[in-house]
Amino acid sequence: MAKLTDHMGRPIVAVTGIGVVTSLGIGKTDNWAALTSGKSGIHPITRFPVDHLNTRIAGTVDFLASSSKGASPLTYELAETAAQEAVAEAGLDSSDFGGPLFLASPPVELDWADRFSLYNSDKADSGAERLLRVARGLKEIDIFETTQFGSIADRLADHFGTRGLPITLSTACASGATAIQLGVEAIRRGECDRALSIGSDGSATAEALIRFSLLSALSTHNDVPEKASKPFSKDRDGFVLAEGSGALVLESLEAALARGATILGIMRGCGERADDFHRTRSKPDGSPAIAAVRAALADAGLGEDEIDYVNAHGTSTPENDKMEHLSLSTVFGERIGSMPISSNKSMIGHTLSAAGAVEAAFSLMTMREGVIPPTINYDNPDPAIVLDVVPNRKRDASVGTVLSNSFGFGGQNTCLVMAREPV
Amino acid sequence: MSASDVVISGIGLVSSLGEGPDAHWSKLTQPGLQPVLETARFAPYTIHPLPEIDWNLQISKRGDQRQMETWQRLGTYAAGLALDDAGIKGNDELCATMDMVVAAGGGERDEAVDATILAASESRNDRDVLLNEKLTTDLRPTLFLAQLSNLLAGNISIVHKVTGSSRTFMGEEGAGVAAVETAAARIRSGQSTHVLVGGAFQTEHSDMLLGYELAGYLHRDAWKPVWQRQGMQGGGVVTGSGGAFLVLEQRAHAISRGRRIYAELGPIVSGRARRRQGELAATIGALLDQAVKPNGKLLTLSGASGAHAATAAERSVLDAHPALATRGFSTMTGHMKEAQFPFAVALAALAVERKAAYPAFDAQAEKPFEGVPDSALATAIGYHQFEGVALVKAA
Repeated sequence: MAKLTDHMGRPIVAVTGIGVVTSLGIGKTDNWAALTSGKSGIHPITRFPVDHLNTRIAGTVDFLASSSKGASPLTYELAETAAQEAVAEAGLDSSDFGGPLFLASPPVELDWADRFSLYNSDKADSGAERLLRVARGLKEIDIFETTQFGSIADRLADHFGTRGLPITLSTACASGATAIQLGVEAIRRGECDRALSIGSDGSATAEALIRFSLLSALSTHNDVPEKASKPFSKDRDGFVLAEGSGALVLESLEAALARGATILGIMRGCGERADDFHRTRSKPDGSPAIAAVRAALADAGLGEDEIDYVNAHGTSTPENDKMEHLSLSTVFGERIGSMPISSNKSMIGHTLSAAGAVEAAFSLMTMREGVIPPTINYDNPDPAIVLDVVPNRKRDASVGTVLSNSFGFGGQNTCLVMAREPV
Repeated sequence: MSASDVVISGIGLVSSLGEGPDAHWSKLTQPGLQPVLETARFAPYTIHPLPEIDWNLQISKRGDQRQMETWQRLGTYAAGLALDDAGIKGNDELCATMDMVVAAGGGERDEAVDATILAASESRNDRDVLLNEKLTTDLRPTLFLAQLSNLLAGNISIVHKVTGSSRTFMGEEGAGVAAVETAAARIRSGQSTHVLVGGAFQTEHSDMLLGYELAGYLHRDAWKPVWQRQGMQGGGVVTGSGGAFLVLEQRAHAISRGRRIYAELGPIVSGRARRRQGELAATIGALLDQAVKPNGKLLTLSGASGAHAATAAERSVLDAHPALATRGFSTMTGHMKEAQFPFAVALAALAVERKAAYPAFDAQAEKPFEGVPDSALATAIGYHQFEGVALVKAA
């Protein structure tokens, strides 16, 4: 008889379904094949003209029906596609999921294509006045729904038959991890037996790119796109904007075993800590990220020596990778030099709101497959960052536990600890 | 009563009526109070504007103020009021262990830049190129941070040092409902001892009006109380700028700090009616039944937005309950979107603590309430989607 509660007496939370979409493809099979062969999904942008832009590459998802229809429709389709895979794998009814929905998605705004078309459908007055007048004459609410922050989750809730008020959240680049954390917590509190946690981001618009670019956050290595994302390298110069989605079906181990579900992994612990230092920079001593890692370990009931592999946030920005190294080496001490630590973002770019969920999906697959995906483009190691980044080639390894980091603007730090087996 | 009850130990409010619980109580208990309205600036739309605010009182560094637009400032300010009220502000240990759930929409775009681009789009066919050209040169680089939804919470961490955890929920009124519900669940389960929860809405920006008007939700006729807009021009919603933050605390934790307790936060129930299938009234009825079995008159702080369908449905359900004496506070404050539910809970808590009800905000539609309310209901029925109800009880 398996133990059904954890070291704090809470229900153990299992993963029974995983779904993923990135620029590498739809679904786990294609993504895993690409990821373990060190293939990059980063490419020149074709969705919109790149005139005047310093960054002309991205990891956009260009192969879905909504890929050219705007951020809201694409974020929805990405979420639905990943969730469909996860729910199907879990063997649950995909129209009557029967648990709550937690969706990490980007903040929404009226798309420029709609702004232009509304504005130019009339000639009288100008600016906001004209937009408002045209808006109130609209006969359909499709455009309206793209501007409502709760609409994507509402549609997903309809589609999958999730229960109750769906929660849409943003903790910037940690959002995907927070969606999982909220699901884990709901199950641990006994509010539900299962939860659907999704991180989805289809917001790689020209304006999003320009905004990050103005903050000097993006790589401008446009010439060889697949080489642009180079976490932990000396010549890293920013992240690569990307899209994707990850979905997990979370279930109490007890409920999962009772219905004979296959256990794909265990969500052992979650930890978080906010940083009060600066809107985009971390506290120089790394204390919030350190506290988030330690909180996740404590929540998981694991010591520093019990983590086999770190799925790094590893964005390829000068700042993040330096700070992540500082916090990991503080927590893990000398052992850090011999622990495998790799960044999926070297291949898929930074999927922003989806990243924490996409990378949790890959972390779970790393344990199941016994293969660690590499950090590609690791040709010029940063001498200040001495890590085993699993450079350039995948590695076979028995991985029983993973720490996955997510750090975001606004001082967001969220860490997840996953395990292959129940205790 | 139990040591692990969720209690309200701090309230921070800002609306057109003023700031703080005392100012709101004294205004809202004045019989015949007239709302503060701005009818010219956004005509044909009426709004309830922000009162005059000295930002320095809660955001002492000018540099911090400059990094925010009004929405983030307003939220950070209201959060500071709540922390002050709970005796937590400036207490490093309590702030560092405090959890936070913020209900947020988005921040303000640069209207001038947008207007320039739109004007130029009339004579250009290469609009995507135009966009790149203008946005790369005209946008202020840090404006992005003032627009990001989670940066209200980020600014609260920076300014007030609340760093235990930080989560931002999005989704109009539903985000406010889920934020309060999640914060309370954390306390009840022992995950948190004290949580800052709330939101803010800054309506004095054309995009914030556009967010409603793309579906024709805004009222365009002469101003009327929230229950009296059916059949008039427009969609019935009159918006207001404002913010509401609560400090929720485990009862034992608040008592050990020797703090005043406004009220206990009882059940919070939420829903997602499939409105196109006509479920809304039945869902509201079910939420009320889950939240409370009224024993005598029950004061009800309704966050009704004025949106015709949702407000009619809510009113039909509330009116059918003979025990409920409803106060539609949007009549006085306007609709504050993400802040609507925390605001409703705050007003309910104030009435319970002051042992008195608000007079009718609309004597035609609202029944008198005599006596002492030992509990009060708070509702937020979304103008478009999502619903929530909470019961607040005497401490």
